[in-house]
Amino acid sequence: MATAAGRHDEARGVTDTIVALSSGRPPAAIGVIRVSGPAALVAAATLAGTLPPPRIAGLRALRDANGAMLDRALVLVFPGSRSATGEDLVEFHCHGGRAVIAAVEAALVAATGCRAALPGEFTRRALTNGRIDLAEAEGLADLLEAETEAQRVAALAAAEGRISRQVATWMASAAAISARIEALIDHDDEGDVETGEEVLAAIMADAAVLGTEIAFAVEAPPVERLRDGVRVVIAGPPNAGKSTLLNLLGEREAAIVSPIAGTTRDMVEAPVVRRGRAFVLTDTAGLTRSDDVVEMIGVDRARYAIEAADILLWLGDEPPPRDDAIPIHSRADAAERRVVPAGRLAISRDAPRSIESLWNVIEERASALLPRIDGLPWRQRHQQLCGEAAAALLQGSNDPVLLAENCRTARVRLAAIVGIDATEAMLDALFSRFCLGK
Amino acid sequence: MFDVVVIGAGHAGVEAAAAAARRGAAVVLVTMKRDNLGTMSCNPSIGGVGKGHIVREVDAFDGLMARAADASAIHYRLLNRSKGAAVQGPRVQADRRRYAAVIATMVAAEPRLSVVEGEVTGLRLSGGRVVGIDLADGTALTTRAVVVASGTFLGGRLFRGRWRGEGGRIEERPSGSLAAQFRSLGLPIERLKTGTPPRLDGRTIDWALLAEQPSDAEPWTFSALTRTRPCPQIACAVTRTTERTHAVIRAATPDSPLFSGAIDGAGPRYCPSVEDKVARFGDRDGHQVFLEPEGLDDATVYPNGLSTSIDADAQAAMIASIPGLERARITVPGYAVEYDHLDPRVLEPTLEVADIPGLFMAGQINGTTGYEEAAGQGLVAGINAAAIALDCEPLVLDRGSSYIGVMIDDLVLQGVTEPYRMLTARAEYRLSLRADNAETRLGATARALGCLGPKRAAHQLRREEERAALRTRLDTVRSVGEVADAGAEVVRDGSRRSAWEWLRFDTVKLEQVLPGIAADTDPTVAAEMEQDARYAPYIERQAAEIARLRAEERIALPSDLDYAAVPGLSNEMVDRLGAVRPISLGAAARVRGITPAALSAVLLHVRKRAA
Repeated sequence: MATAAGRHDEARGVTDTIVALSSGRPPAAIGVIRVSGPAALVAAATLAGTLPPPRIAGLRALRDANGAMLDRALVLVFPGSRSATGEDLVEFHCHGGRAVIAAVEAALVAATGCRAALPGEFTRRALTNGRIDLAEAEGLADLLEAETEAQRVAALAAAEGRISRQVATWMASAAAISARIEALIDHDDEGDVETGEEVLAAIMADAAVLGTEIAFAVEAPPVERLRDGVRVVIAGPPNAGKSTLLNLLGEREAAIVSPIAGTTRDMVEAPVVRRGRAFVLTDTAGLTRSDDVVEMIGVDRARYAIEAADILLWLGDEPPPRDDAIPIHSRADAAERRVVPAGRLAISRDAPRSIESLWNVIEERASALLPRIDGLPWRQRHQQLCGEAAAALLQGSNDPVLLAENCRTARVRLAAIVGIDATEAMLDALFSRFCLGK
Repeated sequence: MFDVVVIGAGHAGVEAAAAAARRGAAVVLVTMKRDNLGTMSCNPSIGGVGKGHIVREVDAFDGLMARAADASAIHYRLLNRSKGAAVQGPRVQADRRRYAAVIATMVAAEPRLSVVEGEVTGLRLSGGRVVGIDLADGTALTTRAVVVASGTFLGGRLFRGRWRGEGGRIEERPSGSLAAQFRSLGLPIERLKTGTPPRLDGRTIDWALLAEQPSDAEPWTFSALTRTRPCPQIACAVTRTTERTHAVIRAATPDSPLFSGAIDGAGPRYCPSVEDKVARFGDRDGHQVFLEPEGLDDATVYPNGLSTSIDADAQAAMIASIPGLERARITVPGYAVEYDHLDPRVLEPTLEVADIPGLFMAGQINGTTGYEEAAGQGLVAGINAAAIALDCEPLVLDRGSSYIGVMIDDLVLQGVTEPYRMLTARAEYRLSLRADNAETRLGATARALGCLGPKRAAHQLRREEERAALRTRLDTVRSVGEVADAGAEVVRDGSRRSAWEWLRFDTVKLEQVLPGIAADTDPTVAAEMEQDARYAPYIERQAAEIARLRAEERIALPSDLDYAAVPGLSNEMVDRLGAVRPISLGAAARVRGITPAALSAVLLHVRKRAA
């Protein structure tokens, strides 16, 4: 037993306590340094002397091993298991100068053997210790990356557990349905369970209702659309004014404009944010026949972009290649193009109101493509799993054993959303997105 | 010097002793009363949904229970007959005395197995491992391994109304010093409770009033080796409690130890006492009671569903309020028993105590309930005790292989909060784990471990050949016309499929795709293969899941792994994993509350440690 205890102590010594600046890049008014791990309290006390009571801020002079003062800082102590990481956690709110931050971090490392945290390591520890689940971690990652208002709202909802709560509700319903089938199977003979075909039919009906409800979630646009932006593709024959329109919509000179047909040979992309929503505008090569190999590659790419577009702005006078395209009458200020054909939206460089009304049409279309701001921020990964769960629940059977098996499949899929069956690869992909210190 | 000592001769003990002996170990079975081998202390029935699966699995290892059940069965009933074969539960009512006599004969027939009467007062340890036991009469037995299968006898306390008694069963002594030694060894001991109904004199029951439940006419048997049913078959009967019964119980409830707070241990939710049923389901006007005769030449009747510990007078009033039992005489009143059990999370999946080499635990002492659950554990403990003693291959059954594997995995990873009973709902791979294919699943393992007698081994090899032959014949291609002409309801769409694929349609029967098959194939083999084909798409999907499970099981976690040293694990995660000490990453994943991220942290740590 003595050797086991010795190993234990030695092991405790190598258990990592991590430290990192958790606020923005210095210099800044304040720099928040976090320390998490078994040695966090000892490390903090080494610098601050006495520690304030848990979760109450205390002002302390931070000193290095020689007693030299490093900074005067607010110190906050969060004891383990209930802290953000699930471990003992201390925050130092220091002055945000580069040298101050560097000195405090160095003193922590020198005093107690803390090490610098890897990117995403604080969140990873929170996930490891069950403080947050996978859907919440995904939301947190999105929140840190959010650039638009719509992204922020969706990411916050996920980080705050709205997805997790919805999934938990469904899992509880599926478990209740499973329990009813299992009662039929395991306790049929005990006289106190109602049996018969009507009971099975009622269970199947409830499974179908739940399946339908879950399937409905799959219908909504995924939250990735907020991050990736709505793909607006501008296409048409050469020299139709596509690049001009891109620059007008994007309010900057993103594409080279010239009177020479075929100036745009490859696709030009311009990300734009309108009213808190992200768009990616794509200018394409004019659709034409040519012997020029390079030009024809551009045309192929344009055709692919037309296929993949969320919204297609068609600048040709010919009928558009997709029925849902927005047909545009460009260069409406040119003398020979004064007459606007029916059903076409006239655009001219010198009429800002024509651009504004095109934007209104685009944004109206986009509303149907983006998740509703008050809806749940489903990711494609969630929707895939929800779809499989719904399909399993909707698949009826007169055999209670198969019905039970389908319900089990549904529960396994739902559990995977919150990470009860997460794979290492997915975790790695997730954590590689975190910035240092969060 | 013995190889294996087994303490306790209940259902776990006799299977453990016989299994160790079949593997070639010299075994001593120690029991307080020599004539109490294989006693059925509660219900005189064996099997049921989930439980019947275990009995068949024990049988696949050439265990005793299925053969003894057939030899003493006076009533056969296949539960869930109308549902899929995966959840059909074979169950028999056994003649209690005959069952015990058959078990005694089987034990006596094992040449390497001897029985010693005596009370075990303690284990002898040396260098941290078990080396022997002490008996109350002063004798000591030295051994390489010990299986403790002491049932409810450790710290057993009996309750009925305000009456209290000591013991594991009525009129039998409790064993106290062994419990004290377990505590001093630092083993975590907890309390559970269970109960039993009053026994009735069958001659005083008005059978003519009651609905009869006859024995199944189909000639199925429990053991694959049994050909016929030796005992005459008798009927059980069904009655119901009444509003008057419930009033009697309600009046007596305040004195019931289950409600007065006298019992701390948790009871089974799925097998509640009748006072529990009345309290929790007050709106019901009656609860079913199955009247199960205990033997052919024994008038005792077991009223299944009336487990109780109310006062003896109140029990008499309760019985008198039930149709058909108005004049029935109680021979032994019902009672509750509270007993010590071990937190099974300290066990390895071999059922060896992790910190005490050579010490195995099996049966009710591990927090389970039921003869079948006990027998399954006894089998595994006996096989593994022999493995230690003889230095041969151990047996670990996983969740994909058997109900026994599911049960042991649940016990050693989750522990128990109520007496653990097998349910098919616990088996996620239950479409593959059927009562009718236990030999197919486990036969090869049993043979490889040397658990089979020559008769059984020959039988299993013959069956294996029959299955292979039939499977080949099922590759025969049949047109839709041929199948329809044979009488199957199928749409004549011109399709051609193998006989195997045709069987996926539940309107198609084996005889319709392979006419004349019944004449030259054993019916159990035909039925098993038909089920395999029927569920094939599901079974294939589960096979993929099982393969993934086994891949994770192959990532072993060292038993001395210090979870506190795994970077980033909170104290809570360290505690959960430390209490269980999972043997593999797959096992760790099944510990409740362990997150996938925690698992990846553990995996990373183990890989670094190995590097």
